[in-house]
Amino acid sequence: MELQERLREFDIQSYTKGVRLRDKAFEIVGAIATLLVLTFLFAVSVDLLIDGWVRIKDPNFYKSFPSRFPEEAGILSAWVGTLYVMSGAIFWAVILGIPAGIYLEEYGGKGKISRIIEANISNLAAVPSIVYGLLALGVFVYRFKFGESILTAGLTLGLLMLPVVVVATRESIRRIPRSIREAAYALGATRWETLFHHILPYSAGGILTGLIIAASRAIGETAPLITIGALTFIAFLPPAPWQDFIGMLKSPFTALPIQMFNWISRPQEAFHTNAAAAGFVLLVLAFLMNSIAFYLRFKVRRKYQW
Amino acid sequence: MTLSLGTKKAIDVGIYIFLMFMGAVSILVTAAIIWVLLVDTINFFTHPDGGGFPSSLIRFFTEREWTPTFYDKKIGIWPLINGTFMIAGISVLVAIPLGLAVAIYLSEYASWKVRESVKPWLDFLEAVPTVVYGYFALLFITPFLQKFFSLFGIEMEGMNALSPGIVIGVMILPFMASMVEDSLKGVPQYLREASYSLGASKLRTALFVVLPAAKSGILSAYLLGFSRAIGETMVVAVAAGMYPQITANPLEPVQTITGYIVQVALGDLPFNSFEYLSIFAVGMVLFIITLIFNSIAVYLKSKTVGY
Repeated sequence: MELQERLREFDIQSYTKGVRLRDKAFEIVGAIATLLVLTFLFAVSVDLLIDGWVRIKDPNFYKSFPSRFPEEAGILSAWVGTLYVMSGAIFWAVILGIPAGIYLEEYGGKGKISRIIEANISNLAAVPSIVYGLLALGVFVYRFKFGESILTAGLTLGLLMLPVVVVATRESIRRIPRSIREAAYALGATRWETLFHHILPYSAGGILTGLIIAASRAIGETAPLITIGALTFIAFLPPAPWQDFIGMLKSPFTALPIQMFNWISRPQEAFHTNAAAAGFVLLVLAFLMNSIAFYLRFKVRRKYQW
Repeated sequence: MTLSLGTKKAIDVGIYIFLMFMGAVSILVTAAIIWVLLVDTINFFTHPDGGGFPSSLIRFFTEREWTPTFYDKKIGIWPLINGTFMIAGISVLVAIPLGLAVAIYLSEYASWKVRESVKPWLDFLEAVPTVVYGYFALLFITPFLQKFFSLFGIEMEGMNALSPGIVIGVMILPFMASMVEDSLKGVPQYLREASYSLGASKLRTALFVVLPAAKSGILSAYLLGFSRAIGETMVVAVAAGMYPQITANPLEPVQTITGYIVQVALGDLPFNSFEYLSIFAVGMVLFIITLIFNSIAVYLKSKTVGY
């Protein structure tokens, strides 16, 4: 009896209205949260742009060495250093990462070795970047005697990029259907012919995308470079690689994020302006690299639809 | 170019060995990390400046101050642990609710168009250099919070744990949100449809059907995010101060493990000096902490129920 009573009094319309309202409310909360995160990104960029505008628009900022006088200080040695270090990092990431990815995906199978390597790479991906810096300091700088050089920095950032490149390589190879391989084998191709004639060309776009994304993360890495002892005050450029390759590798260096960090830590406000300008340059670089990666990914998706 | 079958086979074997060797390099890297941390940690604990083994190890865990760079050397790790976990804790307080809301919104509510236009920006947010976030924490968030707190008559120091905590929270958010979204996506559509067919709303379905089904993946994402926050360096080096202390007040300056490593590395360190070795000892602690969190995360992920 009581149940019937309650059912009669139950207002289904206002109940469903409430449910719909809560549903809508959560959708709005979610949208606001998403918007908030994007606003944060926007705020960071605008803050840097406004704070650093005086120096960003000043062409001398890109052409001068660091200096005691904030108005004269520039990022010449920093962006040249970043260029060298990143070239090294990309070199090592390609040399070590792509073969490792190919091995795991094409040759590894489900064997014990490949399982160990796989688990190991996912562990490496989660190691804090400053620990890579300690590795570089203890092994490359002091035990291998590479010094606080471009070579050490390139190697360090290359190792940091390694897990991302391996995963990207594996994923883009995995997308190639088995039938392609079987067709190649059926025509008498060996494994490496299949690899070089089919697998690599088809996966190149995806691998490149992963490589650029990894590089866009590595270019802003500061902690490992500070740990290996990158200098902050470098008023010369490393020798050009076509003149003195070894000298270039052994040259001390500074890089954009290091230079920026140095300027932030100074008490004078004028240096903060420089820091903001350097930060904006870094942000633009990271943005450009991400855009290229985004465009490439889109292209690749279009090109190969199995 | 035609090669004989024998040459082809030889190339095949050669390339196989080359690829396997390159794959094994990653193991070499891990081994080198562990080796260098271990060796220099042992050297740290046997160094005369720390009192030698085993008293240095006891001091490491019992002293309440961290001053290995001073004349009077105290080597208690707890102030650094305190700073590290406080900042990481603040950051997950920001990232967990926001990240969950973003992930549920993107996975369950947002239209395809919204999702496709938001995700690249979230990806880009992951690529923003951390030193830039440090600048933002120090010169934007901190002054803003100082003004906010002064409304209530609370004084906040220029270096503090709160502002880097918040910024790191937003920093790890895209990473966490995309992992959570992946595990929500992994929940099969028929579970949602079953729930809808029983008359449940989208919200109810998301909270009581999809979330529980994806819970191990979500927890794993949180742990990985937390481990990232612990290892984050530049934001804390810039904005958290260099004052290792045991405190529960987020408005005071603290120092994290990573912040200490940066502080020491900025100076000129003689190889194998006590200060030099100390960053490897704390680096070892950092490595172990993150390894524990990552292993739990991987374990949880492997427990994800397949539908």
